[in-house]
Amino acid sequence: MRVLALAGRRLAASIPTLFLILIGVFLLLQLAPGDTVDAMMAQMGGGDAATAKQLREFYGLDLSVGAQLANYLWRLVRFDLGFSAIYGKPVATVILERLPATILLMTASLSFAFFFGIVFGVLAARRVNRWQDTLISTLGLIFYAMPTFWFGLMAIVVFAIRLQWLPAGGFEDITVSRSGLSRTLDIARHLLLPTLTLGLFYLAIYLRIMRGSMLEVLNLDFVRTARAKGLDETRVVVKHVLRNALLPMVTLIGLQAGTMLGGSVVVESVFSLPGLGRLAYESVVQRDLNTLLGIVFMSALLVIIVNFIVDLLYARLDPRITTGS
Amino acid sequence: MQVLRLYLRSPSAVIGLLLLLLVLAAAISAGWLYPRDPLALAGRPLLWPLENPRFPLGTDNSGRDIAAQIFHGARISLLIGLVATTISILIGITVGALAGYYGGWVDTLLMRVTEAFQTLPNFLLLLVLVAVFGSTLATVTVAIGIVSWPASARLTRAEFLSLRSREFVQAGRTLGLRDAKLIFGEILPNALPPVIVYASVVMAIAILLESALAFLKLSDPNVASWGNLIGIGRDVLRVQWYVSAIPGVAILITVLAVSLVGQGLNDALNPRLKGR
Repeated sequence: MRVLALAGRRLAASIPTLFLILIGVFLLLQLAPGDTVDAMMAQMGGGDAATAKQLREFYGLDLSVGAQLANYLWRLVRFDLGFSAIYGKPVATVILERLPATILLMTASLSFAFFFGIVFGVLAARRVNRWQDTLISTLGLIFYAMPTFWFGLMAIVVFAIRLQWLPAGGFEDITVSRSGLSRTLDIARHLLLPTLTLGLFYLAIYLRIMRGSMLEVLNLDFVRTARAKGLDETRVVVKHVLRNALLPMVTLIGLQAGTMLGGSVVVESVFSLPGLGRLAYESVVQRDLNTLLGIVFMSALLVIIVNFIVDLLYARLDPRITTGS
Repeated sequence: MQVLRLYLRSPSAVIGLLLLLLVLAAAISAGWLYPRDPLALAGRPLLWPLENPRFPLGTDNSGRDIAAQIFHGARISLLIGLVATTISILIGITVGALAGYYGGWVDTLLMRVTEAFQTLPNFLLLLVLVAVFGSTLATVTVAIGIVSWPASARLTRAEFLSLRSREFVQAGRTLGLRDAKLIFGEILPNALPPVIVYASVVMAIAILLESALAFLKLSDPNVASWGNLIGIGRDVLRVQWYVSAIPGVAILITVLAVSLVGQGLNDALNPRLKGR
């Protein structure tokens, strides 16, 4: 329970941050050339000034910036993100339609990067400065330096165009209607390349941190004690070293939730996945500022939630956090 | 001198330095190797590399020389990387120094802002900035600098927190030095080395961010940027995949070089941590 209270307090502390972000981005967007009504008029093929004025009144765009901001925040408190003029639907609906693909992609990439980061990090640390370590570390550096979208394109060339093993894009095959297990498998097939593309960059970071953290913990006294007790090496690594070495990795998840969401903008548009990231891109191109602001809110909220979960995990891994003051 | 010797002892750091010199050489020689506008039409479109000896790396969809774009792109990437990193580090140092030196409400306020910047996905903020201020070379560079300062602010703040109550700072204070003199003249020089090393990470990420933006066709379309070329090549990916492949390798080499040099510098400056 103390864990929950602690994490809950951190959660409460992030609410002002959330408001700071929204107010900042809201004011920033006021500087944008043209508003939603301009974009709508352009889409309708132009119109007279009277219609524009009417539309602005309808959307409350004729008010002062302060009043608009107050309106926006007041609506937000009631979980109303406004109306997207481009999609002709409430922003909340548009975002909720796009959310599952992004969450699925992020969870899959994070799990992939985390799991293989641990495996390769441990392998490299156990064989430090030998060829296995050099190989893993070099690969890590290359994955880190590679632009994700470029890897995605090259993966499409190899696996989708040449070998034709995997689809080149999309979330699922829409030409056949599937359900249950076969639909799940189909989505998994579609998400394999995007997950790899987004995950490799984080894999590189995780394996480097894991390697460093393993090397640090392996030199500590309690590991020597465990060895002196006569435990075999696997037991020492799994039971004693791993748990302690995991702490910096868990911290990293929280720190990187944001960059991962940003990365999904690019990956989703490479693989034409109907996710939040692509929605962000589309709303920038179409000047759908209401939707863009909604996405900013949603992403910040996602990052805060991920950090909340990380706090809980952290407390589980390191009991000192809850027992200490 | 000793730092240099330590640096040259690490093979990966030397490789990084060589790669960086290679990219620098490409950027410098672009002017006289390819004096013409790299975005001007040069020949038949979609020539494969080596198909025509005039175009060793081939031509893109509209018949522009890929080699010329790679050489001029090195300029753009290094320029954006350097300027954006300078902006980001300057903001980070200022915020971190003020927060760490004064503490109290200044610290709380500045750290709240830093937290806000870290909570908002940086690429999303970049999209918002580009949507608002347009996508010329200058705005894109400044925008990249603006989205990537929080980590260096935190780093500077941590250094300041540990340095501000040291004896030499107290001595300066007793001598009656002003705050500005204490911050910039006394504490900052001691807090700088880790921040400078971190700058290589910022630069690597700045180059990657610009290429991603250019790939999405949201960066300046009037300069020969590697990301632009990858975006153009995407339209002919099915057959002429080399149009996208070549600039990607250029980005990979540049970012790799910057990170290797940064890592080498880090190891040379902190010999104790080597082998980690």
